[in-house]
Amino acid sequence: MSSQPKRPATKLVPVPSTNRIPERDADKAPILECRHLGIDFGGLTAVNEFDMAIGRTEIAGLIGPNGAGKTTVFNLLTKVYQPTRGTILLDGKDTHGMNTAQVNKAGIARTFQNIRLFDNLSVEDNVKLGLHNHIRYGMFSGIFRLPSYWKEEKIAHERAMELLSIFDMQGMAAAKAGSLPYGAQRRLEIVRALGTNPSLLLLDEPAAGMNPSETAELMENIVRIRDTFQIAILLIEHDMSLVMGICEGICVLNFGEIIAKGTPEDIQNDPEVIRAYLGSKSEEG
Amino acid sequence: MGRVNRGWKGLKKSTKTDFATYLGVIAAFVLVNALRGGGMLSSSLTGQLVPICCYIVMALSLNLTVGVLGELSLGHAGFMSVGAFSGIIAAMSLQRAIPFAPVRLAVAMAVGAVFAALAGVVVGVPVLRLRGDYLAIVTLAFGQIIKDLLTCLLVGYDSDGLHMAFNLSGTLTINDLGLKEGGIAIIKGAQGATGTVTIASFAAGFVLIMIALAVILNLVHSRSGRAIMALRDNQIAAESVGINVTKYKMMAFVTSAALAGAAGALYGLNYGNLLASKFDFNTSILVLVFVVLGGLGNMWGSIIAATVLYILPELLREVRDYRMLVYAIVLILVMLATNNAAIKGFFARIFRREKGGAVQ
Amino acid sequence: MEFLNYLISGISLGSIYAIIALGYTMVYGIAKMLNFAHGDVIMVGGYISFCTVFYLGLPSWLSVLIAMAVCTVLGVVIEGLAYKPLRSAPSLAVLITAIGVSYFLQNAALLIWGATPKVYVPVVEGSMPLFGGKLSISYVSLLTVVVCIIIMVGLTLFTGKTKMGKAMRACSEDKGAAQLMGINVNRTISMTFAIGSALAAVAGVLQCSFIPMLEPTTGSMPGIKAFTAAVFGGIGSIPGAFLGGLLLGIIESLAKAYISTQLANSIVFAVLIIVLLVRPAGLLGKYVPEKV
Repeated sequence: MSSQPKRPATKLVPVPSTNRIPERDADKAPILECRHLGIDFGGLTAVNEFDMAIGRTEIAGLIGPNGAGKTTVFNLLTKVYQPTRGTILLDGKDTHGMNTAQVNKAGIARTFQNIRLFDNLSVEDNVKLGLHNHIRYGMFSGIFRLPSYWKEEKIAHERAMELLSIFDMQGMAAAKAGSLPYGAQRRLEIVRALGTNPSLLLLDEPAAGMNPSETAELMENIVRIRDTFQIAILLIEHDMSLVMGICEGICVLNFGEIIAKGTPEDIQNDPEVIRAYLGSKSEEG
Repeated sequence: MGRVNRGWKGLKKSTKTDFATYLGVIAAFVLVNALRGGGMLSSSLTGQLVPICCYIVMALSLNLTVGVLGELSLGHAGFMSVGAFSGIIAAMSLQRAIPFAPVRLAVAMAVGAVFAALAGVVVGVPVLRLRGDYLAIVTLAFGQIIKDLLTCLLVGYDSDGLHMAFNLSGTLTINDLGLKEGGIAIIKGAQGATGTVTIASFAAGFVLIMIALAVILNLVHSRSGRAIMALRDNQIAAESVGINVTKYKMMAFVTSAALAGAAGALYGLNYGNLLASKFDFNTSILVLVFVVLGGLGNMWGSIIAATVLYILPELLREVRDYRMLVYAIVLILVMLATNNAAIKGFFARIFRREKGGAVQ
Repeated sequence: MEFLNYLISGISLGSIYAIIALGYTMVYGIAKMLNFAHGDVIMVGGYISFCTVFYLGLPSWLSVLIAMAVCTVLGVVIEGLAYKPLRSAPSLAVLITAIGVSYFLQNAALLIWGATPKVYVPVVEGSMPLFGGKLSISYVSLLTVVVCIIIMVGLTLFTGKTKMGKAMRACSEDKGAAQLMGINVNRTISMTFAIGSALAAVAGVLQCSFIPMLEPTTGSMPGIKAFTAAVFGGIGSIPGAFLGGLLLGIIESLAKAYISTQLANSIVFAVLIIVLLVRPAGLLGKYVPEKV
């Protein structure tokens, strides 16, 4: 289990916005482009001048010390917070003015650092909620149990089982989501997010609380998800073996600003990153 | 997992519960009718059959807002009153057009549901933007406003059709409507609806309960119902999977209001005289108590709680003056027994010991 | 002149709401519960004061003190018996329990004092003529406003300066952290109920002096209004409750005078709805969005 999946060395190539994405995605426009993104909370600048591009099938990492603003970036991308400045282009389209639900329909799905499942609903229903916008029948068909209800629910059930099989969780389908063990809850969040059929998946600390063998398994699964669904994945993670193991491009955030960008090799050798993580002598801890 | 679901054992647990609920209601209806036929029901209890049905539907519909959507509403009686008064107006003015009472009753209930649904939209738009206790206080406020507005309402019917006036200044009376000879006064402001022809029946109450159950249970187990429950469990996560918050909150709220309106129409047509002040804050609270004691999101629980708690004061007649006091104490004790960890743990221990003994 | 008259009666009515709302808001701030029984404590306060004057023939000022003492004990007992066991229960369960307590108090009062309204003798009588008799302010109104201001200033100082007051604020921010800092959370909550109930007794006496009728349901409507006032000003905020109560009283009084007696309550509630739509946490409340 300890053997990590061999990651082919990725070459990052520049795109017009001066960001860099993997070479294989270079002929297509990036799935996500942020320009000068920033947000202030009552005078306090939480994120500033955040520029980033992610390739169509890239696995990208967003790292940084605690409180650097990583989750805030996710919240900006998914419009949990409305950005104070800057633009977010999803597949070339500006997401300005959209709310969280609309951004999701446009193609961004996410998981949460502090797990947010629908605790009182079954695992299957949680996944079906991910599929919500792909199930095509309305309130009246549901109340009167019209043929479209039966047809669509059957498709949804099959699709949900298929998605659960990614993590081999079909057996848990009837269990309450809130009663699942921690690791399974994290995996269920990923499955639910995949149900929305995203083109960009945001994972907020997917390996938090996992042991090394679980983490290794998760890494394989993340790569497999990318390969199967042909989507881009941006992840926040503190586990460097995971980040360095599967991310192709990495962006390092400190005090709300990007301090380094590049391949894992670039990041590991960047003196600024080392300083941010280990701290200068005056600011220990 | 891929096995085909056939027969009772193959059904989902929730489906079984639903069937049991329908069967229970049907069985209760048959039983009560049999008892009534055999003259075994006291006249006071017979008189309460229709209101019990109305309160069951009230509890079911409020459970949709509080238990399924997860928003506390303290003004549910407001929707009931809108349904009651619009239903009474419809039934009274259609007397000649629809002479057959059961059909007229059905139409009145539908009218009550529609008007209550409209009120639900008007109330829901501002209310559902708020959260938690703030939402609760605003529903309370709307409940009071609806009650006060209905107290000012004057409605009469004559050969020219409906006549309506709002008695805002407090100086108008029913005579100011200028009803023609042979016209009837349907709603007389503060005196409420008077001279209503009572056409409500227990059978209609039973049908309404079945409809309410079917609407709520089918909604809950559909795509829309899942979305509503997702909003209850975690609104931020629900938004993150693309669920339109306003749409589904409104859907639950308005459906709940419509059912309350139908119940209100049935209730209103059960009494010759009805005051708007009947539907005050205390009535909303009464229904909320049914819902909480029956269990949030638990429909059969609401039915049982509404029935038992509605009859309880009746059963406590022995103790007469003390009955509401006993009611209050029972209410507090039940809440303590079901929600205090120590007391719950105590029951759980006893239960486990019995179970453990059986295994050994 | 007429307007001034209505304004003054609005201010004194508002002061009563404010005193009740202060109790509401303190209990809400610390116990995070809507104490629907609070209004009925007002009624009990009124009855106790009535009884001590009517049956025992004690002076009014003493009857107020006795009412406060009885209500304080009542508040602490209610909290200990009904609310304390539900500290970790869902908020709806606590709400229903509070409703049960409210029913209990109302029906107990019905049994003890009967349904016939008692005629309460105001604690102070007479009025002060102003502008050569064109305008008169009743002494009750004056007393109410003065008492309300004293209570408001007293509570602000208490929560700001004393150890117990600081403990209360700490508990309302974060009970767990307060406990870790060595604060006795249970005692602090009991203390809050004690203060809130004592205030309710004062409000009861003033309310009954204002409208000298006393029946078991006397506390219901003022209770709901005060709750509205507390939310209006931002529930949990002491100056908010004061401001909310005062504004509510003035709006109610003016609406009664100039718009419609029947719809006065509705107008009050409509203003509340509008305020909450513009400021979802009330006039002085803090809106804390959920952390993601």
